[in-house]
Amino acid sequence: MLLIHCPYCEDDRPELEFSHAGQAHIVRPTDMDGLSDEEFEAMFFIRDNPKGIILERWRHSMGCGRFLNAVRHTVTDKFLKTYKAGQPRPTDKDIEDLLK
Amino acid sequence: MTKSSSQPYRIKGAGTLSRARTVQFTFDGKSYEGLEGDTLASALLANGVHLMGRSFKYHRPRGVMSAGVEEPSALMNITRDNARTNPNVRASVQELYDGMKAESQNRFPSLSFDVGAVNSLLSPAFVAGFYYKTFKWPAKAWDKLYEPFIRRAAGLGESPTEEDPDRYSNRFAHCDVLIIGGGAAGLMAAKTAAAKKQSVIICDENPKMGGWLLADSDVRIDGKSGAQWAADTVAELQAMDNVRVLTRTTGFGYFQQNMVALNERVTDHLSRPDPDLPRERMWQVRAKKVVIAQGSIERHMVFSGNDRPGVVLAGAAQMWLNQHGVAVGHTVGVYAACDTGYAAAFDLYEAGVNVAAIIDHRAEVSEDLLDQAKTHGIEVHTNANITSTSGRLRINGMTVETSNGETKEFEVDALLMAGGWTPSLHLSSQSRAKPAWDEATQRFLPGVSPQDCVNIGGCNGLDDLDAVFAEAIKAVGGKKTKIEITDDVSTAGGAIGIVGPEEHKGKAFVDFQNDVTAKDIKLAVREGMHSIEHVKRYTTNGMATDQGKLSNMHGLAIAAKLLGKSIPEVGLTTFRAPYTPTTFGSFVGHDRGSLFDPNRKTPIHDWAVEQGATFEPVSLWQRAWYFPKGDEDMHSAVDRECQTVRKAAGVFDASTLGKIEVVGPDAAAFMDKMYTNGWSKLKAGRAKYGIMCREDGFIYDDGVVGKLSDTRFHVTTTTGGAPRVLNHMEDYLQTEFPDMQVWLTSTTEQWATIAVQGPKAREIIEPLVSGANISDEKFPHMSVIECKVCGVPARLFRISFTGELGFEINVPAGYGRAVWEAVWDRAEPMGACAYGTEAMHVLRAEKGYIIVGQDTDGTVTPHDADLSWAVAKSKPDYVGKRGLQRPDLVADGRRQLVGLKTKDPNKVLEEGAQIVRDPEQAIPMKMIGFVTSSYWSGTLGQSIAMAVVEDGFNMMGKSLYVPMPDETIEVEVTGTVFYDPKGEKLNG
Amino acid sequence: MADSITAERREIVAGFKFANNAVSIEAAPAASRTNLRATTAGAKSFGKSISLELPTIMHETASKAGRHALKLGPDEWLLIDTKNINDSMVPRLANKNFSAVDISHRNCAFVISGAGAANTLNTACPRDLSLAAFPVGTCSRTLFGKAEVVLYRTAKDTFRLECWRTFATYVRDYLMDGAKDAHI
Repeated sequence: MLLIHCPYCEDDRPELEFSHAGQAHIVRPTDMDGLSDEEFEAMFFIRDNPKGIILERWRHSMGCGRFLNAVRHTVTDKFLKTYKAGQPRPTDKDIEDLLK
Repeated sequence: MTKSSSQPYRIKGAGTLSRARTVQFTFDGKSYEGLEGDTLASALLANGVHLMGRSFKYHRPRGVMSAGVEEPSALMNITRDNARTNPNVRASVQELYDGMKAESQNRFPSLSFDVGAVNSLLSPAFVAGFYYKTFKWPAKAWDKLYEPFIRRAAGLGESPTEEDPDRYSNRFAHCDVLIIGGGAAGLMAAKTAAAKKQSVIICDENPKMGGWLLADSDVRIDGKSGAQWAADTVAELQAMDNVRVLTRTTGFGYFQQNMVALNERVTDHLSRPDPDLPRERMWQVRAKKVVIAQGSIERHMVFSGNDRPGVVLAGAAQMWLNQHGVAVGHTVGVYAACDTGYAAAFDLYEAGVNVAAIIDHRAEVSEDLLDQAKTHGIEVHTNANITSTSGRLRINGMTVETSNGETKEFEVDALLMAGGWTPSLHLSSQSRAKPAWDEATQRFLPGVSPQDCVNIGGCNGLDDLDAVFAEAIKAVGGKKTKIEITDDVSTAGGAIGIVGPEEHKGKAFVDFQNDVTAKDIKLAVREGMHSIEHVKRYTTNGMATDQGKLSNMHGLAIAAKLLGKSIPEVGLTTFRAPYTPTTFGSFVGHDRGSLFDPNRKTPIHDWAVEQGATFEPVSLWQRAWYFPKGDEDMHSAVDRECQTVRKAAGVFDASTLGKIEVVGPDAAAFMDKMYTNGWSKLKAGRAKYGIMCREDGFIYDDGVVGKLSDTRFHVTTTTGGAPRVLNHMEDYLQTEFPDMQVWLTSTTEQWATIAVQGPKAREIIEPLVSGANISDEKFPHMSVIECKVCGVPARLFRISFTGELGFEINVPAGYGRAVWEAVWDRAEPMGACAYGTEAMHVLRAEKGYIIVGQDTDGTVTPHDADLSWAVAKSKPDYVGKRGLQRPDLVADGRRQLVGLKTKDPNKVLEEGAQIVRDPEQAIPMKMIGFVTSSYWSGTLGQSIAMAVVEDGFNMMGKSLYVPMPDETIEVEVTGTVFYDPKGEKLNG
Repeated sequence: MADSITAERREIVAGFKFANNAVSIEAAPAASRTNLRATTAGAKSFGKSISLELPTIMHETASKAGRHALKLGPDEWLLIDTKNINDSMVPRLANKNFSAVDISHRNCAFVISGAGAANTLNTACPRDLSLAAFPVGTCSRTLFGKAEVVLYRTAKDTFRLECWRTFATYVRDYLMDGAKDAHI
């Protein structure tokens, strides 16, 4: 069972308290009507499935209830970082530093 | 049998068990006596019993070989009663208790005469890959011949025939330091960490901590024997608040972030266990630091005839002698490739056992050992090998080839093997450390783990106690202390693979439990298995319940030699949890029976039970399904309930409906985003049916929403949908619309919901309501008001899921039963009934009201469901709006929800049945839809159904067909509203 | 007429009591409860209205005159009034920076106390309940088996466990099963 750091609780919590909530940093456009079919497809249906670093959302559903973002390595299952929803996506450089 | 003649191999003055504390047990129906503190194996050995089982493939007679969990051969059925029959129990570690019943396995009719042993004569046929080579063709033979044969031959022991009556429990625990293994290294680490005030958990799989110290007679620590030092240290630790000492507890799995699973056997050693105590307890420990002190496992020697009963590991013989006071025989031989074989021989010699000879595979042996042997008058042959053994049910002789090629025969009744020690890397590997080959000592050592864990002692390749203690102290950050230690035997060195003459005549076993010989491994390599993982699967080496604790290194060495590769180039097979076999019970823990899942019951549940209702599970809820009267069956009860609702009234428990309170100045704006229709213009005090879509435009949930005020909505969801709808709303609120001033609260369980439906509904509830005028004029269909019912605060809805005049009374759950009874007291004399979920389904289907998840399946849009009226056209945005414009969703020919009437009105369709246009077409027919809901409508006197059908809205009045196994049913496509299409009954 | 009928309030596990040599488990008496979701300012003004300064740090609690405020999330408080059990804390008038919802009947509570209290809870709760990790006065939403619960440590060896009403019998039976080996 993983331990996940909740940035709202500022504490490591057992995985059992969390639920996975899909890929992170997919913004719902304010002008949904303006999306072409291809743009809608990319926004709603297409997801990354990398071997390595993934940015994803979790919800501390059995804890503080907040959605949060995480940088996780899909091979080692290691959480390199978690941060609050709404905070900017880590840059490639940030991720490189986390991997060190 | 008299006391004096019992236990003839128990040695006076040896071991630590009290002679006075005897224990009675049976083995294969015969009575024996042992001592408290014995293992089943040591007690049998005390009685001179070596024959304990038959091997899996060849049914060869086998004895116990080890004194630990690595035991491949002495596997028994231990039976307390029919429900408590445990197969494959290792006699080497099973503690003896008074009254124990043990049975050998894999033999018929008896252990000493086993018909299956004929397999041994056929052994040339049972070579590596036998199954793959034999059970190939013809395909037909699988059913009748091969599978029954394999099933009969496969598996050892028998399963219990009754449900396990024992309790199993679970404990989550956290600590600074978890120490796995209570030998010299583990105890020293625990002592050091505990002195630093850290919270410590130390576990050991044995009943007594001390590990190898319990077997080694030479060790002195601070003037005490090893066993005494261990006992004193354990007592010290047990007295400390910050230490938990767990004996009989195996660390069997190492998971992410220092989560280690332990299995504690609480009652398996007790004659009459306390029924309140769990049989086993699972510990899920999260440790800041893990110290692995698993020790090492002695290897056997691979030579012809190494599997006869009486052939044992040298360390095991030493443990039985020094711990249990049992000698393995009267005249023993020793086959050594490591100094520890001498220690065992000398201990046995000193206990009065004849040592026929020590055969040392090595050419170079320390002068000191040779001198000691000489002093004892023990014959030693160095650079010599055992080439074969003799004896049918027990070894009676060994043949030796000496260094100058001479052959010597010895009579022995036991043979000790000292092949060297393999560090246990199981948990280290599970922690994702890659084993590292140490060329100098020819063994794999723990690699670097990505987790905060450290290996100490024998499992880290240490051979001397000084070094072990120093490492243990350092591992937990302690200061070096001076300890007086005497320990003159090193565990270094040994042999891997086949030793002695290359071509053996007989069978040289590598894996005893799966009967894999050195020849099998060679054959596998010759037949093209070049990866160790393939060799393993082809030969089944290391795949038995012992998971190759003895055999893996030997198998690897033999394969590597033949492949002309080094051992690390060939590599180890993967270590996986569990380290030792672990019961299903301990994984299940508490989660069985009534604790398997929460069983959710409404406040009105008990009333329904008292009325004799039948229940159906809906998600975790138990819901009243129907209320049979007298000898009514379901069909007639549901028919009566439906018609009573339509003619008089019915009372229905709708408490399971999901409820969410949406509150805040932006509540209406948020509702506008989440539902397809508009909420801003809805007046306070009014209610509305809402559809929630996902972003892709498909229906996600539905329900009636009451607007209590401009800033407060009472949202209802489907029974099963409540948690995901709340999650869906929270998701949008937190991540897409974080600036909205609106908050959500789950109120499903705050309210008991009592639906009163039917022409007499108002008459029933009116006298109970205060603070509201519920006349049709003041309180029309789709209204909501906060008032009092039976004097308690209530939210009253004018709403209908039946098509009749209807109300839903929401009162705080604690009042639910009382208010229900008050309603019932008025309803019953007026000819109303209580109705269940089945009648509710029929009533709503007669009106064409959909059930999300039944009439929709995640690919149905509001338009497909003929609910376009509930989709706002002018709203700038809502979840699903863009999705609904996707080309596929606006294309012609989509499956649309329609009604079906069978041509034969008595024929009720099956839900899920497929629909075709032309019943005469060739198979496979083109299926154009399927039935989603289907019932007998007593009110209409005919069967009714709903279905999704391609282009259904354009097919009204047309005939379609439902092919069933025995007939094809003709149906007519209709609208979905079968009853009161104008909706006149709703208003009144 | 209708006002004169006062329906009886039934608690789901009313009067439940269990004890062994390690732990005692009791159903807590009925209480009034409110779920408060609020901005910082909203929490402050709501606190004033009930004369209880609400905690601002995650997982802290505040208590006064039988009222307890548990901070469960960044914008979420569970308010429990053990004295005025039939009075709602929800104000009549709407407010723009908070949401108060009466959940008096949604939850019920158990009080788990004794030397084996933490052990009993750790049967099915994966959290570290040592005093260092979960000090007296701390609260948290977490998991007990398959039930969502709120734990509130009121003393060294005493926890209040709040769960939803229909999970109460499951939680009760699970606690009793866990209590059986809480002493070892």
